[in-house]
Amino acid sequence: MSDIAERVKKIVVEHLGVEEAKVTENASFIDDLGADSLDTVELVMAFEEEFGVEIPDDAAEKILTVKDAIDFLKEHATS
Amino acid sequence: MFDLTGKTALVTGASGGIGRAIALALSKAGARVALSGTRRDALDAVAKEIGDTAVVVTANLSDAASVEQLAKDAEAALGGGIDILVNNAGITRDNLSMRMKDDEWQSVLDVNLTASFRLARATSKGMMKRRWGRIVSIGSVVGTTGNPGQANYAAAKAGLIGLTKALAAELATRGITANVVSPGFIETAMTDALNEAQRAAILPKVPAGRLGTADEIAAAVLYLASNEAGYVTGQTLHVNGGMAMI
Ligand SMILES: NC(=O)c1ccc[n+]([C@@H]2O[C@H](COP(=O)([O-])OP(=O)(O)OC[C@H]3O[C@@H](n4cnc5c(N)ncnc54)[C@H](OP(=O)(O)O)[C@@H]3O)[C@@H](O)[C@H]2O)c1
Repeated sequence: MSDIAERVKKIVVEHLGVEEAKVTENASFIDDLGADSLDTVELVMAFEEEFGVEIPDDAAEKILTVKDAIDFLKEHATS
Repeated sequence: MFDLTGKTALVTGASGGIGRAIALALSKAGARVALSGTRRDALDAVAKEIGDTAVVVTANLSDAASVEQLAKDAEAALGGGIDILVNNAGITRDNLSMRMKDDEWQSVLDVNLTASFRLARATSKGMMKRRWGRIVSIGSVVGTTGNPGQANYAAAKAGLIGLTKALAAELATRGITANVVSPGFIETAMTDALNEAQRAAILPKVPAGRLGTADEIAAAVLYLASNEAGYVTGQTLHVNGGMAMI
């Protein structure tokens, strides 16, 4: 399942244009990686596409860090 | 001049006078257009005029579920996300404020304002992904000036201006613009119903000395939908023959 973590990090790097080293599990998209609120919406859309899941708004609002995304996707990913 | 080849559009109220003209103008510029309203016959007639670049999707905009479904149906019928959203459907339920019933207030807010918000919400994600989008809402001069007997309509149309400014601010970095086209008195079935005395009362207030045409509204929408208008956002374009210079 580390594969999921790798894919999440790759998407974050691509979308936010940040260095890979900065994308640690505890990094917050907004506080540490310079995302604005629209970026977080786009990240969620990118996760949905990559992992073939629908992330409902109330779940999306709780995805604040890289780890939050990995945990959610480990539980729900279909692809 | 304005080329919309390869773009898709959803026009609400396309069975009405102004919506029909907007749909024709967008399709003439090359866009594929989804025509929406409640009356299938009237929509089919407009689709027939346009030809095979038009599709028909009916929906009742006063119903939340129906509005959500409309966005999905339109995307399915167009075979892709919506690039240009035109919130044109509108109704009036005139009454003096002190006599206005809650349902007269609510139905006008629902169709003119809430449905526009819901459609913007449903279509803007796809626009964000594609880094291009146009949201054009049809307001009214009354949304800026007010008008006796139209507290509901004036509030809804003014609301569209606020909604549009918020959307414009949120989405500008993603290549999406949001604007309002605000008509004055336009020749449509609605204004055909005016009698001579009513017309005589209106015309002196319009420096142009005539009512506007639906095509003149459509031309403003076409401009705001174009690539050329990419730097225009959060604005209200008044098309009213000079009746209110604001
Ligand atoms: N005409 C003017 O002088 C004037 C002036 C200022 C602003 N405007 C604005 O311009 C826009 C178009 O006006 P118009 O003169 O073309 O009006 P119209 O001919 O009366 O057309 C109204 C359109 O809205 C649709 N509509 C109404 N209620 C709906 C509902 N619950 N669900 C779905 N569709 C609904 C109608 O569809 P169905 O008939 O199929 O139900 C129709 O296509 C409106 O927003 C209006 O407020 C017009």
